[in-house]
Amino acid sequence: MDVSQYLEIFLDETNEHLQNLNTQILSLEQDPENMDTINEIFRAAHSLKGMAGTMGYKRMQTLTHDMENVFSEVRNGNIKVKADMIDVLFQCLDALEEYNTNIRESSDEGTNDNGALIKRLNDIMGDGDTPAAQEAASQEQAAAPAAADGFVGIKLNENQQSVLSEALKQGKSVYGLTVKVQESCILKAARAFLVFKAIEETSEIIVSDPSSQDIEDEKFDLHFSLIIVSETELNEVVTAAKSVSEIEDVSGSVLNLDDVGAAETEESHAAETGAEVEAAAPAAPAQAQQPAQTAASAPAAPAQAEQAPAPTPAPAAKKAPANKPVVNRTVRVDIEKLDTLMNLVSELIIAKNSLVSASAMSGNSSQAVNEQIEYLESVTTSLHESVMKVRMVPIESTVNKFPRMVRDLQKKLGKKMELYMSGEETELDRTVVDQIGDPLMHLLRNSADHGLESAAVRKERGKPEVGSIFLDAYQDGNNVVIEVRDDGNGIDTKAVKNKAIERGVITPEQGEAMSEKEIIDLLFNAGFSTAKVVSDVSGRGVGLDVVKSMIESLSGEVEVKSRLGEGSTWTIRLPLTLAIIQALMVEIGDEKYAIALGSIQTIEDILPSDVNLVQAKEVIQLRDLVIPLIRLNEILDIPSKKDPEENLVVVVVKKGDKLAGLVVDELIGQQEIVIKSLGKYISKCKIISGATVLGDGEVALILDANSLI
Amino acid sequence: MNEVEELRPVGETTQFIVIKLGDEQYGIDIKYIDNIVRMPHITRVPKVDNYLKGVINLRGEVIPVMSIRIKMGLENDVETKSSRIIILKLEQQGTIGVIVDEVREVVTLENDRIEKVAYDSKDEKSNFLCGVGKSDGGLISLLDLNAVVLESV
Repeated sequence: MDVSQYLEIFLDETNEHLQNLNTQILSLEQDPENMDTINEIFRAAHSLKGMAGTMGYKRMQTLTHDMENVFSEVRNGNIKVKADMIDVLFQCLDALEEYNTNIRESSDEGTNDNGALIKRLNDIMGDGDTPAAQEAASQEQAAAPAAADGFVGIKLNENQQSVLSEALKQGKSVYGLTVKVQESCILKAARAFLVFKAIEETSEIIVSDPSSQDIEDEKFDLHFSLIIVSETELNEVVTAAKSVSEIEDVSGSVLNLDDVGAAETEESHAAETGAEVEAAAPAAPAQAQQPAQTAASAPAAPAQAEQAPAPTPAPAAKKAPANKPVVNRTVRVDIEKLDTLMNLVSELIIAKNSLVSASAMSGNSSQAVNEQIEYLESVTTSLHESVMKVRMVPIESTVNKFPRMVRDLQKKLGKKMELYMSGEETELDRTVVDQIGDPLMHLLRNSADHGLESAAVRKERGKPEVGSIFLDAYQDGNNVVIEVRDDGNGIDTKAVKNKAIERGVITPEQGEAMSEKEIIDLLFNAGFSTAKVVSDVSGRGVGLDVVKSMIESLSGEVEVKSRLGEGSTWTIRLPLTLAIIQALMVEIGDEKYAIALGSIQTIEDILPSDVNLVQAKEVIQLRDLVIPLIRLNEILDIPSKKDPEENLVVVVVKKGDKLAGLVVDELIGQQEIVIKSLGKYISKCKIISGATVLGDGEVALILDANSLI
Repeated sequence: MNEVEELRPVGETTQFIVIKLGDEQYGIDIKYIDNIVRMPHITRVPKVDNYLKGVINLRGEVIPVMSIRIKMGLENDVETKSSRIIILKLEQQGTIGVIVDEVREVVTLENDRIEKVAYDSKDEKSNFLCGVGKSDGGLISLLDLNAVVLESV
């Protein structure tokens, strides 16, 4: 069977499961007794195994299978979660990740058998293996046949019971059926549907377990059970069901009134013993094999169920409905399709701008036309916003791998630390989210390695032994801010300065004149590292400059604030969207330029006499701030149209804490513009960040305020 | 360029668009040509090499435009009624427009009628040629577009 068309889905889902496993195992480490977590892990491992098997990735399947075994032992209470077990599990996840990467790159899982890991997993199993546990393990293996009698566990409500007894009285037969779908089956729900159809030709389905809705939603493992009323022989029904392809086995038996009655007694019995067991039984099929098994054996030996195994499976199952995955009503869309959509919206906005300027040009525009144009304007704006929102994803997918990373760092560096995250739900453009991971990871490593002191030093300084690293994300106007904060040592500006002088980045004289902030900014210089020892965590000298350039390539900016002895804060500021922005259009000479509204602070009207010279540079004073003036016409080599005696129009722009006044000839107005790249052919011009097509079809360039300051 | 010879097997033909720059006729291999447009408004881009004239809007796309004349060391372009911008699609540089004085015709040359030009370090123009074609209308210098478009270092 050709499964290549499912490869993309497989990779996506594997990633999700791996991420889920990472998170869950981390929380398991904190709370080793939490049954919810263990069940969740088991489920994820089980799905992974199934998916890998379907796709024919045998090595991946073997590894996940052994992981699953370990978890089923944990779940049965035969082995306890230990620190070294968590380590092994994390290594398994890494190995799975590696398989996944290999598959993504070459659609082949690679040849690494990870034999050592599998052996360690089996060792863990061995540790807890009492004969009973072994038996349980073998039962686990044989879970499929064990669950074959699943229909016995089906609970009937009064209505259904009366239907059944009525049918029996009429001389019809009542059968219980359990259908097992092949493990390799991809569209289980469709197969189940075909089975239903085949059975319904001759019989009436009274009840199914899981419910028919759940089966339709594919919320079942490999088995589902039915109780049917039929006039034909059991054999015929079974054959009909078996005739559906990809159905591995159908087992059935004739039920008589006693059986139905038995189910009834069991139910009332369960009701007596409390809600727990009752809740356990319906929830069981949604769970994997183990609870199903218990549920299946329960009617056979109700007394036993009451006595012994209750502690483990029952609480697990009790909570099951709560953490049953909520089905998201979502559609997976190729990002390229969204890009096309975004481009079309851009075209539409350009067309709208043309319409606006055409109607203004013609001069005789009626009110009706104006109204329609305004309407069009509001529609295109909301269309743009919606498309933008579609492209937005929570940064969760990127930041979720960090707790695991910090845990590993903790072991590697021998420091105690804790990562606190907030605002994982903050949304950003998909492309930004994909690319923000590496810079963030670098900053976190930096904090862990350089920022936090060792436990001994921290104790000496009167800080808590465990260092804290914070990752906070939040939206701020049209920006998203991500902060990486630590309560470590902060940046030692003296050490930085000495290092910079030693490396020849600055001269000692320059060093004397530099402010603290300027020194800290030196860290972003290429080839700068203050770590005394080169470790594989950080300190190889490539780093902060790469972080900075990556963030700038996303049109963002990064800043550091630090207090020696108290810690440092790295602030990343990113625009919500990259493609369409609000801009101020200005005229310089006879050329039009756009300045992103986001970087503009104020617009000022300045008398020529108010311009002063400081160190041969023009500055203005604005509310006690001295702001350097940049005459754009000089920088852009355009003769200004303005009389030097006239007042200056100054657009004050901001980059970090720095301000600058851009002198322009005239303001045209605010406009929504679509950013187009100038292409790699014209990449030399640093002060131009892109171009946009105006309403009249002309191209206007976008000034990059950041590079002007 | 060896590549050119490989691409033009003997006995087959290649089509060229014949353009005029000053008094001379040049040929541009038709396979690189995406479009030919009349002179639109060109938006100047500051701080770039002088042969880069700026950018134009071609159906919503922003495309850089260069002057072959300046690149070849001729005097600056004079925009006339017959001036055109030829939009080229190149593998390395992407889409780029070049300004020509006039677009004359399309010729089909048999590959054995294309002669290689000897490299002459004194003649700057010969750096930008990949051959000379003989057609009924006379000699056509065939432009080596990669050399024309290549950024001067």
